[in-house]
Amino acid sequence: MKKIFSRPEGLTDTLMRYCPGCGHGIVHRIVGELLIELDIRERTVGIAPVGCSVFADEYFNCDMIQPPHGRGPAVSAGIKRARPECIVFSYQGDGDLASIGTAEIIHAAARNENITVVFINNAIFGMTGGQMAPTTLPGMKSTTSQKGRDVRKQGYPMKVCEMLASLDGPYYLERCAVDTVKNVIKTKKALKMAFQNQLDDKGFCLIEVLSMCPTGWGQTPVQAKKWIGEVMSAYYPLGVYRDRSKEAK
Amino acid sequence: MPEVKILDEVCKGCGLCCDDVCPVDILILAPDRINSSGYHPAMITDMEKCKACGFCYMVCPEPAIEVYK
Amino acid sequence: MAEKKLMYGNHAIVEGVIAAGCRFFAGYPITPQNEIPESMSVRMVDEGGVFIQTESEIAAINMLFGAAAAGKRAMTSSSSPGISLMQEGISYIAGADIPVLVVNIVRGGPGLGNIAPAQSDYYQSTRGGGHGDYFTITLAPNSAQDLYEFPKLAFELAEKYRNPALILADGLLGQMMEAVEFSFEPIDPKSLPEKEWALCGCKGRERRVVRSYDLKQGRLEELNLRRAEKYTTIRKDEQRFKDEYCDDADLVVIAYGTSSRIASAAVRMARQKGLKVGLLRPITLWPFPTDVLADMSKRIENFLVVEMSCGQMIDDVKLATECRSNIHFHGRPGGGVPIPSEILEKIEAVLGGAR
Repeated sequence: MKKIFSRPEGLTDTLMRYCPGCGHGIVHRIVGELLIELDIRERTVGIAPVGCSVFADEYFNCDMIQPPHGRGPAVSAGIKRARPECIVFSYQGDGDLASIGTAEIIHAAARNENITVVFINNAIFGMTGGQMAPTTLPGMKSTTSQKGRDVRKQGYPMKVCEMLASLDGPYYLERCAVDTVKNVIKTKKALKMAFQNQLDDKGFCLIEVLSMCPTGWGQTPVQAKKWIGEVMSAYYPLGVYRDRSKEAK
Repeated sequence: MPEVKILDEVCKGCGLCCDDVCPVDILILAPDRINSSGYHPAMITDMEKCKACGFCYMVCPEPAIEVYK
Repeated sequence: MAEKKLMYGNHAIVEGVIAAGCRFFAGYPITPQNEIPESMSVRMVDEGGVFIQTESEIAAINMLFGAAAAGKRAMTSSSSPGISLMQEGISYIAGADIPVLVVNIVRGGPGLGNIAPAQSDYYQSTRGGGHGDYFTITLAPNSAQDLYEFPKLAFELAEKYRNPALILADGLLGQMMEAVEFSFEPIDPKSLPEKEWALCGCKGRERRVVRSYDLKQGRLEELNLRRAEKYTTIRKDEQRFKDEYCDDADLVVIAYGTSSRIASAAVRMARQKGLKVGLLRPITLWPFPTDVLADMSKRIENFLVVEMSCGQMIDDVKLATECRSNIHFHGRPGGGVPIPSEILEKIEAVLGGAR
């Protein structure tokens, strides 16, 4: 009998300490598989963010660096420019990428840095205990918007793919989700393309992934995945926001 | 014949694999068993029906599922 | 004799950095150091290196973090407000034990201050600057020649101890033209050994992790204690200074960088007047040349600290001399630059009828 699906060698043996039903693990697994499938594990340097996935440096089975909150794209650019032969990916959550690191992600995209960004959007600050994120939906409750996000006082969410798509720089931008099998498969396809583009020296690729945070949302894992399909993806439509390979044709 | 192994100690009992994922609906959370972390791990109710599609593995965040064929 | 060229201090830094085998520069424009990125944008590219004009100093220091963690010599330059923005990154870099070079062409502060030369970033440079228990090796050049030579020294020290190094100069040194002798054989970056901690892909080895955090019980304390041992070694082995006329001195002026040049002129004027005055010029501000001062304080009654600030290095002088001597001060903050005659006046006031 042949093993056809199991923990990929692109992940270490360290068990992930995310909450039950957290989407991070699914995306980690996909990236871990791609490191092997694309045969890039031994030339990859990954960037772990600050937030729940700060521990990603223990989970991805490749060289890893853990920089300051939000600065992943700048650190990635430094590594990639210093060692163009390396494959560099920046794994970031929404607090990291869309709040404190907004300048770094926008300018990395504008410069079309040849890096791959994995952006986990779960609409909440998970690690610090469920505070409002730049991606928290209007009306959504968090520990710092306890009556629901009031857009008149707390402003509107950041739509990262749409925002970056307004720039000429980025090569590929797509928003995916990990709520259903179909969407998980699509996410893997998108991430594979994002790494392949880097291998082909195409430039900046960002894959946004709508991801469950059952703990932060006060939902069961099953409720959380349904909420992505019913509510979250209505505000953050899935799809390709930039594909310069098509524009060129 | 395909086989699915649930790694009981890795499973966090989130139940994502048990809800509308398996085409032949053979996954449940073990009702009368907990692992050392206190979670009810997923379990297979009827292995003979398994088609080795791997969907349960794909939605597993740990991953605590291995599929053999 | 090696080739000599008349050049701006800021250009001397650029040539010194390239001669030191560094091929990575990331930085953001700020006066009075703009000649550095401008020149880098040409020279780095000519030499096959990397030049990135970043969106902010925060991005610049983090690009250095990445490039240096990948094992390459990497540097940035900025001026005071920009260096403040970099402190987060410098703290992480120190916490991850990564060598980088940061050049600060200091200007008047606090806040936006002005663009005149100043020495008011001494505390920031020698006390770590950011959060946590760490120090940065800090070199204080006082000529264009130093600006050419110190990048090499800074990289060597930074790499020897796996610690960030700073060069602390000011707009006067950066914008002044002086003869520079290309005093050492330029280093071919390819000749630099690969670092055994560098991130470059884990082919044929265990994967490596560069990080400043550790949540395991007691582990961060252990890491900090190990780093403290490193700092003790640096303090013991790397104190650098220059002294003039100190052997028979009744009073020693202590000054670094620009103010040491001016103080040197004042000391010579004092000597012409028959006053026994010497000069001690710290070259490393951290580690501070404590040993020589402790020694001097056993025989010298008066020290005069001259700084272009309200008095920051004076604290280190007091600590080193342990109340054995009288410590006097002459400071010009906010972009003020002392002239030799005002320092001489101060010397005469201290010595009074002591001649």
